[in-house]
Amino acid sequence: MDALSNVSLQIAEGEFVSFIGPSGCGKTTMLRVIADLQQPSNGTLLVNGMSAENARLARSYGYVFQAPALFPWRTIEKNLKLPLEIMGFSERDQQQRVERYLSLVNLTGFERKFPWQLSGGMQQRVSIARALSFDPALLLMDEPFGALDEIVRDHLNEQLLQLWNSTEKTVLFVTHSIPEAVFLSTKIVVMSPRPGRIIDIIDCNFPRDRSLEIRETPEFLKIAQRVRIGLRAGHSYDE
Amino acid sequence: MTSSSLALPLRAPAALARHLLVERYAPLATTVLALVMIWYIAAVAMNWRLVRDGFEREEVPYSITEVISGTMQAERPLLPAPHQIASAFLDSVFGYSPLAPRSLVYHSLVTLSATLLGFALGAAFGILLALMIVHSRVLERSLLPWIICSQMVPILALAPIFIVVLGALGLHGLLPKSIISAYLCFFPIAIGMVKGFTSPDPLQLELMQTWSATPRQVLWKLRWPAAVPYLFASLKVAVTISLIGAIVAELPTGAEAGIGARLLAGSYYGQTVQLWAALVASAVLSSGLIALVALVERSVARRMGAH
Repeated sequence: MDALSNVSLQIAEGEFVSFIGPSGCGKTTMLRVIADLQQPSNGTLLVNGMSAENARLARSYGYVFQAPALFPWRTIEKNLKLPLEIMGFSERDQQQRVERYLSLVNLTGFERKFPWQLSGGMQQRVSIARALSFDPALLLMDEPFGALDEIVRDHLNEQLLQLWNSTEKTVLFVTHSIPEAVFLSTKIVVMSPRPGRIIDIIDCNFPRDRSLEIRETPEFLKIAQRVRIGLRAGHSYDE
Repeated sequence: MTSSSLALPLRAPAALARHLLVERYAPLATTVLALVMIWYIAAVAMNWRLVRDGFEREEVPYSITEVISGTMQAERPLLPAPHQIASAFLDSVFGYSPLAPRSLVYHSLVTLSATLLGFALGAAFGILLALMIVHSRVLERSLLPWIICSQMVPILALAPIFIVVLGALGLHGLLPKSIISAYLCFFPIAIGMVKGFTSPDPLQLELMQTWSATPRQVLWKLRWPAAVPYLFASLKVAVTISLIGAIVAELPTGAEAGIGARLLAGSYYGQTVQLWAALVASAVLSSGLIALVALVERSVARRMGAH
């Protein structure tokens, strides 16, 4: 049984693409295939014009998992330095990047803390900073805020949007949440399970500096409605 | 409700400290006291016949109190009373210069050196084995059964063979003892470290993969630090085992020095008091070694962000 079949998709540079669908629809698999954590049984996939493996070797993407997966024996600063150490950045460059990316996620002053001293939302921000620290072209995020409560989640959504706006990365974002997908994305990919496939691709062009208030506007609700219809259509194949 | 009505009554600091001290040490003191009492009763019971027979052989009239006091100061009792062991222990520790052949300090040092060398060898070997097992499926399948088998053979049977074989190779003294000690103590370290090296979260391993980390980087930056708690847990087990290994190794060598030699001589000549004093020495030694490992563990854990 294939997790994904007949999936064809083009993503342009600088886009924020959300993948939404019920569990088992292959959205995580898609991200893992792009990240070369898993190999497709057939088909072609180009990441930045390279094969997934070469893109990984070229350090083209940063990956954020649902759990922060920080290393508990390292301080926040050392956690941020980990990918930089592995990639052989100079000591001075490492220090500068730690400062820059910690301030980007509003965590300046937490350098010497250990992960257990931070809240779940803060830890996830560290893991985002860690994924960005080596300046990859792509940011792959697999339900990064799925384990957080609504209030923290809203806050981090706004922060992520600012981050995307200021860094101009291409973001691929997996989520279950319709409002989250509509709020963040320039393009929403609606998927359905068994086998995983794309039901609908919705363009979503709110201004880049949108705020949470747009969630009350008719345009927003219209797109959310279209996503919901797509998800429901996918489900009718279920039984 | 006002906040002051919620406040708990504060105990005076001095009373609190006394209370904590009592709370902490009272259970321990009680068990020790109970054990000593049971020991005295056992000493009286076990040595009773010995002492009574002594009186009867010499055809001296005796009373029960005389027999009881006799059971606690017999020269070669079946079970020496605690104060006899304590005085023999203190006597042989402080009564001679530390390097005199009658000093327990001297014998402890001989055993300790074999223990430490064996412990170091065993730890290195155990860690190396764990590394090999973790990095290769084939090695896991081919090595693990042998590692487990190695511990099924009683060391008392193996020790003389080791000594003879190593002796034929020209190795005498410290090294054969250390090898036997290492043979015993590598096992918990190898098993513990296999567990430790495979303990990282799958997410952490995948993160390393997304950064295209080399196997060596994965080892040093992830597997090794993740294994540290397992390392100390197994080192604590291993250090006592390596002491036992060193003592056992001293038995068949007819060693002239070491705690094992003292034990052997004690049992040979029925010197039960000396035997027990040597046992106390080995207990003191192994507690000291464990405490030392625990101390290092605590300082390492603090540096690694333990809370």
